[in-house]
This record gives sequence, C-alpha cells and structure tokens, in this order.
Amino acid sequence: MADAGEPEGPERKDDIVKAKQEGKELTKEEKQRLRKEKKQQKKSKEKKDDKPSRDSEKEKKPASAASPAPQTPTQPPAQKAPSAAPAPVPVPASETPSAADKPAKSKAELKAERRARQEAERASKGKKGDVGPQAAPGKPKAPPSELQPVVKRLPEHVQVDNPEVLKKLAKKLERQQIPLRSDYGYKVSLFSHLHQYSRKAPLTQQLGIPSTVIHPAIVRLGLQYSQGIVAGSNARSVALLHAFKQVIRDYTTPPNEELSRDLVNRLKPYISFLNQCRPLSASMGNAIKYIKKEISNIPSQCKEEEAKRKLLNCIDCYINEKIVLAAKAIAKYSIEKISDGDVILVYGCSSLVNHILCEAFEKNRKFRVIVVDSRPRLEGREALRRLVQKGINCTYVLISAVSYILPEVSKVFLGAHALLANGYVMSRVGTSQIALVAKAFNVPVLVCCETYKFCERVQTDSFVSNELDDPDDLIVTRTGTTQLEHWQEVPSLGLLNLVYDVTPPDFVDLVITDLGMIPCTSVPVVLRVKNVDQ
Amino acid sequence: SDNDCLKLVEYFRAQMRKDPDMASAVAAIRTLLEFLKRDKGETILGLRESLKWATDCLTGEDSSVAVSSGGELFLRFISLTSLEHQDLSRCKKVMEERGELFLEKISMSRTKVAKLCHTFIKDGAKILTHSYSRVVLRVLEKAAAEKKRFSVYVTESQPDSAGRQMAEALRKLNVPVTVVLDAAVGYVLEKVDLVIVGAEGVVESGGIINKIGTYQMAVCSKAHNKPFYVVAESFKFVRLYPLNQQDVPDKFKYKADTLKTVQNLSEEHPMIDYTPPSLITLLFTDLGVLTPSAVSDELIKLYL
Repeated sequence: MADAGEPEGPERKDDIVKAKQEGKELTKEEKQRLRKEKKQQKKSKEKKDDKPSRDSEKEKKPASAASPAPQTPTQPPAQKAPSAAPAPVPVPASETPSAADKPAKSKAELKAERRARQEAERASKGKKGDVGPQAAPGKPKAPPSELQPVVKRLPEHVQVDNPEVLKKLAKKLERQQIPLRSDYGYKVSLFSHLHQYSRKAPLTQQLGIPSTVIHPAIVRLGLQYSQGIVAGSNARSVALLHAFKQVIRDYTTPPNEELSRDLVNRLKPYISFLNQCRPLSASMGNAIKYIKKEISNIPSQCKEEEAKRKLLNCIDCYINEKIVLAAKAIAKYSIEKISDGDVILVYGCSSLVNHILCEAFEKNRKFRVIVVDSRPRLEGREALRRLVQKGINCTYVLISAVSYILPEVSKVFLGAHALLANGYVMSRVGTSQIALVAKAFNVPVLVCCETYKFCERVQTDSFVSNELDDPDDLIVTRTGTTQLEHWQEVPSLGLLNLVYDVTPPDFVDLVITDLGMIPCTSVPVVLRVKNVDQ
Repeated sequence: SDNDCLKLVEYFRAQMRKDPDMASAVAAIRTLLEFLKRDKGETILGLRESLKWATDCLTGEDSSVAVSSGGELFLRFISLTSLEHQDLSRCKKVMEERGELFLEKISMSRTKVAKLCHTFIKDGAKILTHSYSRVVLRVLEKAAAEKKRFSVYVTESQPDSAGRQMAEALRKLNVPVTVVLDAAVGYVLEKVDLVIVGAEGVVESGGIINKIGTYQMAVCSKAHNKPFYVVAESFKFVRLYPLNQQDVPDKFKYKADTLKTVQNLSEEHPMIDYTPPSLITLLFTDLGVLTPSAVSDELIKLYL
C-alpha cells in the first residue's frame, strides 16, 4: 500500500461525499484515503498504545508513549480536536458497553502504518495476533506477578447527553455508512445519558439501510434484536455467531488485501449497526472479541477456502464449548445443590436456569418451582410454559408478592446477563430486589452463569451503564381505558422502562459456572485464570 | 478386599498411635503413601482406582472432613504427576519422592501457622477457644514461649468433653485457663478480647467446618464485635460448598461407627457444624493470613 498520504484536494472529498449520498459502497481507494486522513490526525493527537509486546516490533513512533485512558469520560472534552471527520478513535468510538471495537481498530491502524513503512523488509509477520495477555508464560499456573502488565481496554460508557460525544458517534457512523437512529421520547434525567429507542415502527421504516454496505443476514439480525424477537443473552450471542458465519461464508477477499485484516474491518460497520438496533450485551462483546482474535490469527499464507473453513470451525467450537457444554457442566453442579423437597424460586426466563430445572427433574429430584414475573416483559410466562410442559409443579406470582411467598422458599436460582469484575451480578431488572428480600429471609441465592459472560467492567450501581427500553411498553389497556396513552403531552411525566440492574455480591451466596462453584468474590480470579490460558 | 482394608486401617491407627499430635489427615496421607509404595498395579488408571478405594476405606474408619480432604489432595497430586511421566515405574518413583517431600512440608505447617498467629495475641489478652484443637494449642504454646501473658477460656464441648483435655494441656504450659459450659459462650464473650478456633475443614466459600458449637460462638462474637480467628493448615481445604447447615453431607456430620450402625439419623446429634464466611475475620494458614474470600482463590490455584 503506497503511502501517498497528501491531504486531498477538495475535488476528491466531494467525490467521496457524493458516493456516500448515492448509497454506493465507497471504492477501495476512497476508503484508503479516508483511513489515511484518520491516521494522520490520529498520529498528531493520539498517544501510543501501552502494549509491550508490540513495542518491540515497532520503530520509534513520533507519538509519545503513554497509556490511553478510555475509561475517563472527561477525555473527549480534554482533547479539543478540530472537528475533522475521524477523530481519535478509541475514545468515544463505542459508546455502549462493547470492548470489541477498540483494540482491533487501533491495532489495524497501527499495523497499516507499520506495513507502509517496512514494506521492503516485510518477512512473514508471525505475531499478527499477539495481543498483550499472551505475554504470560505457557504454564497455566504462572503466578500473577510473572504476567506482564496488560492495559485492559474497558468499554466506554454511553454518553448520549454529551453533544460532543454524540457528534463523534455520528461522524463515525457516517464514515461507516450506517444510519444513525434517533432517540425517542422524554428521558428521565437520571438516565438521560442512555439511548432510548422506540419499537413502534420497525427499523427498516425508520432508517434507510444501504443494502450494499450491510450483509442481509446482519440486517435481519438487527431487526430481530430491535423488535425483541431474539431476546436473552445466550440466544442473542448464538444468533450473532450464526449471522457471522453466514457473513464469512459469503465473504471474498478483495485483491491486494489480506483476509485477516480486511475481514475484521468488514465486521466493524456490522457491529455498529447492531449496536444501533439494540445495545450489545456483555456476552456478545466477548464473542466478538473472540472472533476478531481468531480472524487476526489467520496466517497470511493460508488459502481463502481453508481460512474460511477454519473460522467457521472456530465459531462452532466456541458455541459448543462455551454455551452448550457449559450448560451441561453447570447443570451437573447444580443438581448436587437441589435436594428432594426443595422449593425453588426463579425469576423471569433464563435459558440456563430452565435447562437446569428440566435436567434435575429428569434425574428424579422431587422439587417444586415458584416462578416470579414482572411487567412489562412478563418473561416468566415463557419460563412457566417450558417448566409445566416438562411436568414440573409450578406456582406463578408477580414480583410484588415476593415477600409473601419467600418464607416457603428453600433456594433461589437466578440467571445472569453478565458478571462484573468486582463480583456484582448484572441481570434483568428486579433480580436485585429478589436477592435482597431473599437475604432478609436467610434464603440462599444461587446465580448460574457461564464463564463467557464474565466481563472486565466494574459497576457498583445500575445507573451508570444500563439499557432503556421503549417507554410505550408501560402503557396498558385495561377494561377499555388506556391511562398513560398521552404521556408525552404531560410535561412533568416521564416513563422509565429499565432493562438491567446490578446485584451486590453480599446478596449472592454462590455462583455456579462451568469451572465449578465459586463465591461471588472470586470472579476476578476466574478472569485472571482465563487470561493466562489465552 | 476386606483383608487389605483391615491392613490399611491398622496402619492408619498405628500412625495415629505413634504420634498423637499428628493431624488425622497427615496420618491418612502417610497411609496412602505407604499403600502406593506397596501397590503392585500395572497401570496409572488402576493406581488411581485403588487409591480411591483406599481413601474410602480410611473414611470408613475416621469420617472427619480432614481425612477426606487429605485423600483428595493426595489423589490430585498423583494425577498431576502422572501427566508428566509416561512410564509407570518412573512415575511411581517420582510420586514417592514427591510424596515424602509433601509430607515433610505439611509437617512444618503447624509451626508456620503458629508463627503467623502468635503476633495477634497481645499481652494481657483474654482468649476464648472451643474444644480441643492441636493447632490452637501450638499457637498458644508459641505465644507463651514469647513470654506473653494471656488467659484462656475453653468451652467444655460436649458430648465428648474434649475441652477438658485442652484445659489440661494448657495448665501444663502454666497458662491460666477456665473451663466454661457450652451454654455460657454468650455470657463470657464480653470479657474476652479475641476468639481463636481450629477447623476440621475449610470449604470453598471460605467458611469452616468444625466441632459443633463453633457456629454459635461465631454468631455471638459477631454480635459482640470481637474478632473471630480460625487457624488451619492448608491440607484441610476441601472442595465442598455448603449453603447452610443442612447442606453439609451426612457422612461428615456423624462419627464413622454411628453411620454404620444407626438407621435413623434424625435421632442422632451431629458432631460438626458449618460456620459461614461472613462471621470469620481472618484465617491463619501455612499459605499466609487469608480473608475468607481469598480461600477460594487459593483453592482455584490448588485444584484448577
């Protein structure tokens, strides 16, 4: 890639703008030029990444060395960048809890520069996929002091009420040719930093989706997410991985490009699009990180067919190991904890908890289940349906009755959306309430969670990072009257439909994972062990 | 076969008689090592099977948590070694060497614990302890040797009155000791400064399994805001995770002969109880001074 990085004349820029407006995919050259512009601006502003393993490979870069601090939301205003199109990438890029985008993006940027400079002496770059944590020695039991310090790139928090951050997001989406979805309705002030989308009209009617830019499987997936057809963290991750498999099958490497670099860049607009449809979950984020790592690890001399086959195989392995087999292992451990005569309380619909209860029932354990449900999702009904079909004795209550039935309960089984690095459990809204009341009644609370949902993020409250669902869901028609129908006209009224909440580890007695039964405070240990293994 | 089982149990009992100060888990591991040396098996899998059978034999004799944890630890240690060498005879030689090394290390563990713990006993301290624990005795010996002046309250610890044995041992050290009723723990707690107990097993959650009455003592100490310290060697860490008292397996709760003879266990008094980690301040082990949540960390390192 010849480095003809002079700033473009105005004519070229117009071409690019015109191409975008016509909805055509930018040609490769135009994309390259945009990338180079971005690189130059990045060079002058961005600080070098702190990963030691890559330092040894690179020449002395002009940018000074320091660690990026993507976590601090104060960084965007601090960097008074002239509002050129591609602003410093890692800072505001992913505004939602997805670590997936950033490390790969800056890595691709820096690698492109390195290639341009070292073109003549480029031997086979064996260490393409060498991200920081692999600096650990091969022994799985290496004590933590031997690991090189890894700069963990944590996802940025969403900041919808910060206009600068919004502008950067808009520019990024424009560059990737993804339409920007607009927020809907009045937001409660405590949560005004989160997105709030409406589900009334399907996504395709609200946005114009350029069909040549986004693969149809991804469009379909995005629609399913936004309408709530695919819901539940396991289901969403599996659907995502299947869609990516389809993308990989239909992918052809353009000439003069390498699969390992180009495919990763191809996936980025898809991920932004899916983020627009519905904010990514922690499990999806981990799955994306895994795929990107696998793609970058494809050796350059690998033929395309073989590479694609390998990738499809990797994805199948991931689904099998982390989801299917993990569920089996967790069921095995959980059955030890279910004794005859138990009264088990479950909340909402967790695929894992339902699986465990069905397995225990098949192993002839005598127990009965109390399903607790809450508005507006009423997911408990689905769980109830599945359990009753198996023949399990069930009771159904709404969450307002929880303190009434808890004296009868012997154990509480909860599912999790993600387990945070400080031991907090992020799950469907209402879970922390149930854990609190159970603690007050001295009933043991067990959380079941696969290890791929463990997340490096740290959160102590449910405000800082959450998801706001469509507020119109709270409107209900009973006996002919719809009370909140005109809520938008009342200026002092706001409807809040939260999706997740966070449970502190004091309320959780035991976490059952595919690695075994661990206390809630040991989640960072598992994360550390996982990083060493990788 | 029964004959072999009897021989094993005899060896185990002989070990316990030879050194009454030795922990039952150490005796169990010694017995298993001897069994390993005499084993005529040809395959590693056969070796594992026979070791498991031997551990079951020993738990049939002494049903305490420590014996089962010691056996599990030894088995795991064997499995790890077997991964490194393919040849069985070489493997066995390495296992025997390492077994001896392991035994040597754990025989030093009580001294390490005593060294860590005695600094927490200040001059003029009043200590409360429960039943007869050799580790606690060692700690108090060390503290007395450091010329500290302290007095001890020991609970009688029915049904076997083991507390009186502890009081005797302490009197020999010239430590002022008072034996109190088990029911008097709440009464005496306002006078004491700290509570130190031993443990039969340390579970994954960071809680402990110990002689019945420990849980009460822990709850009272929490209510009085007195520190509750546990002293235990690292071979007592066991892969159990009880959620409450009921969740502790029956095989640990009662003595081995009770389990064999009595049909209806609901009439029997359990010999141990479970103390949850929220009531424990610190654990002193040969791996260092740990908080209850760090126990799981150590267990993950040990077993995973």
